[in-house]
Amino acid sequence: MHIVDGALAGEVVLGGAALAAGGIALGLRQLPLEKIPAAGVLAASFFVASLIHVPIGPSSVHLILNGLAGLVLGWAAFPALFVGLLLQAVFFGFGGLTVLGVNTLNIALPAVIVHYLCWRGVTRSAPPLAALWAGFGGALAIALTTVLVGLSLMLSGDEFIPAAKLVFFAHIPVMAVEGLLSAAAVYLAVEVKPDLFDTLKGAAT
Amino acid sequence: MGHVLTQAQKALRETGGDRAGGVLGGVDPRARILGACAFALVTVLCDWLPVLLAALALASMLLILSRLPLRPTLRRMAAMDGFILFLLVLLPFTAPGDPAFAIWALTATWQGLEQAAQIAVTANAVVLALLVLVGTMEPVTLGHALSRLRTPERLVHLLMFTIRYIEVLRAEYLRLRQAMRARGFRPANSLHSYRSLGYLVGMMLVRAVERSERVLGAMKCRGFSGRIPLLETLRYGPRDAAFAGGLALMLAGLSATEIAHAAF
Repeated sequence: MHIVDGALAGEVVLGGAALAAGGIALGLRQLPLEKIPAAGVLAASFFVASLIHVPIGPSSVHLILNGLAGLVLGWAAFPALFVGLLLQAVFFGFGGLTVLGVNTLNIALPAVIVHYLCWRGVTRSAPPLAALWAGFGGALAIALTTVLVGLSLMLSGDEFIPAAKLVFFAHIPVMAVEGLLSAAAVYLAVEVKPDLFDTLKGAAT
Repeated sequence: MGHVLTQAQKALRETGGDRAGGVLGGVDPRARILGACAFALVTVLCDWLPVLLAALALASMLLILSRLPLRPTLRRMAAMDGFILFLLVLLPFTAPGDPAFAIWALTATWQGLEQAAQIAVTANAVVLALLVLVGTMEPVTLGHALSRLRTPERLVHLLMFTIRYIEVLRAEYLRLRQAMRARGFRPANSLHSYRSLGYLVGMMLVRAVERSERVLGAMKCRGFSGRIPLLETLRYGPRDAAFAGGLALMLAGLSATEIAHAAF
């Protein structure tokens, strides 16, 4: 899912960077210093979650869980996921430097969309229904991310269209797995600590 | 907060830092960050393959200067290639142009091959330079340097907290995983596996939020006023000027060659 340097057209890189910067600014506005520790620790846990490999068919994939991140963090998903991607690029060499904005946008925008679509369903329903909403959100976030990755490639040149389609179809099993995992995670969280999803609420100014 | 930060320096050693050595080790972190950004910008803007290869050579030279262990660094760089392999393999067959060779019914084009090579060389050169120049820093130093480069304060604080807790939460994850293994859990393609791993993620989130509440409480108790003082003082010296000048010269050389090639 990481796009690398040199693959995209300059306009796409710049546009992605500008939109990501806007999202990060919006996210930071909703994070007063009181909430920074919570956001930081959650960003770290999503970073660690992305190191988990889940078996899928004969191979395995690493988790992204941007849907879940959106449910918990809201707009703060932008700065939190940006920080994660920055650390991954700098210390693991995943992704690239100039495409950091595009990568942030591709992962964080679906998170925010899922937040708006599913947050109410997750927080206002009984655990089984909340899990269903979260499963939908988790799968939707991956689907949107692959669509955005495909769009970034397609906007850069027609020769990328087959690759973009391949990305989407190759990720259909990932959508299913991420949906299932998000559903289970939310089922447990709603039972154990229902106010988890309010951690960063009431912070909006 | 200095105490917390020192612990973070130790905690994140596994993700790369703390091995800055060689000639580059003493260069100001800000100069290294800006250098990596300039290198990435110039390399991405260039198209001509020889120039890109020269950029890759420059990055390799930085790698040798930094005295990083070669094998793990190159392996990290290669790990990234795994992500884009499908793109590079598809590209020759999907880009229009003069046919080069055919496999079954698919025809590869020279233009496609060239584009794939450009992407591969660019991506590797930038990642290598990034790993060598910035990846060798201690993560906390990265935060301080970014803060000195006028990155928004809250973003730096968020970065610092994330850096501080990655290792803590990873240890917690490994503990939970060990507990699962002790009960005979083995990941497989089954609903049970996915549900169990989902519960694991849910539990990690619950514990993370509870931990953050304790952290905030402890910070308030110690008089946290809304600002985290950053203790490092950074100063430019002659070594930084030499590094910046040398790198600027080489990047200018690359750009000039590219422009000259494009003009003729």
